[in-house]
Amino acid sequence: MSLPPRQTAIVGIGATEFSKNSGRSELQLAAEAVKAALDDAGLRPADVDGLVSFVQDTNDELRLIRSVGIEQVTWASRTPFGGGGAMSTVQHAAAAIVSGAAEVVVIWRAFNERSGHRFGQPAQGPTQAGMSWHTPFGLDTPAKMYSLWFQGYMHRYGLTNEDFGRYAVVARRHAATNPKAWFYEQPITLDDHQSSRWIVEPIVRLLDCCQESDGGVALVVTSAERARHLAQPPVLVEAAAQSSVLAGDVLFNYYHDDLATFPEASHVADQLWRASGLSPADVDVAMIYENFSPIVFYLLEAYGFCGPGEAKDFIADGQIDLTGSLPVNTHGGLLGEAYIHGVNSIQEAVRQIRRTAVNQVAGAEVALATAGRSAVLLTRA
Amino acid sequence: MPVIAPRPDHDDRFFWDGVAEGRLLVRACADCGHVQHPPTPMCPACQSLRWEPREVTGRGTVLAWIASKHPSAPDAEPRIVVLVQLDDGPRLVANLYGADTSWAINDLAVEATFVEIDGIRLPGFQPARGAA
Repeated sequence: MSLPPRQTAIVGIGATEFSKNSGRSELQLAAEAVKAALDDAGLRPADVDGLVSFVQDTNDELRLIRSVGIEQVTWASRTPFGGGGAMSTVQHAAAAIVSGAAEVVVIWRAFNERSGHRFGQPAQGPTQAGMSWHTPFGLDTPAKMYSLWFQGYMHRYGLTNEDFGRYAVVARRHAATNPKAWFYEQPITLDDHQSSRWIVEPIVRLLDCCQESDGGVALVVTSAERARHLAQPPVLVEAAAQSSVLAGDVLFNYYHDDLATFPEASHVADQLWRASGLSPADVDVAMIYENFSPIVFYLLEAYGFCGPGEAKDFIADGQIDLTGSLPVNTHGGLLGEAYIHGVNSIQEAVRQIRRTAVNQVAGAEVALATAGRSAVLLTRA
Repeated sequence: MPVIAPRPDHDDRFFWDGVAEGRLLVRACADCGHVQHPPTPMCPACQSLRWEPREVTGRGTVLAWIASKHPSAPDAEPRIVVLVQLDDGPRLVANLYGADTSWAINDLAVEATFVEIDGIRLPGFQPARGAA
């Protein structure tokens, strides 16, 4: 099953600055981002009747309603999987609108993830429920948890950490020309990457890791019909999908037959192509949620942008650069711009379709934003 | 970094009880024989709620590994974490002993061992006799 295509649109985007110490509450970051997105759309808080975020956001819906001045919400939901569910927020919003449960849905994500609770720090005991199989053996950070999966990919295709570095260099190059990026005007070389310290040997170095950021991002979604009368050129939700499968696990994705594949992402890609009638060759620009650089390699292959094991050469050949066949993470990604759990990447996909991105891909008609087990395809009206 | 203790619950206490006895147990469905690891309360193959523990040999092959240590803070002895495909059972994550990162760890033949760290008993793996 899939959503009917082109029935809904992203009509507003808004964000705070991205920093390491916002100096204000997470609720304030959320409220500021939502207000900015509504202003961008030309809508008022009273127009909002739906709210969507994903798990692990500390901001309660009612407190956000009270802060922003939303009068009544008839749809509120949160998607699972932490960051992996980032893009299914758009699916939730679109489904609510198509079903008639809501008309104007705000998606938000707001964190003090550097100055407050840091996700990247080692977990302290006791073991969380269901984690006894992994944390007692030292898998106490996301970097370690994911790296045990990534190592299977490296082994299969003979990659070294230097191959991952070539992605990090591209992300930082894109961030370097994005004034909103934390790493604005701070590109790196492959030597810089290779001399950064190991986070998990022999898989990821410091410069392969997403940032820890403070900031908030919000999006406004409504019907394609209403979108035609708002302030911005509508960016249509061509397709939105998520996938969870029997052998899957979010943090400990070790139980699929082949460690060098990402089956959930392949299933999401299949849904997108089927729902839209588009194919990988139609995608002009892609935002790929990269908690760590190796995930970009899995996703380029899962979406069919290159064949199995070919991501290394695809990236080395410059195909994900601004001048390549598939520019990736033109805002600098979660490595270079900020880590607002991928919602900042949806925002960049919207800017690309509006043709207002600082690193604009000429003539962009189709943009993909993917977080592995969830994704959205956006197109011009 | 102290070891984080496992937290046995209804669905996996059999495993940790086995570890305490130096036995490696997995959960097999009493109705259809499906082996489920990590364990779940219901068999995903036939929806049975009846399980029986099945002892496995502990012999297997390393599919993937990492060196686990804190990147910037002083740390206990780094540990190698391995994902092992058991010859006669499911995949299991544990630490590798008796080898270091200079070894060719992928595809290494291993066998189960049991260790006690900080008073916590854990299953582990070591190179199988004859493996190099």
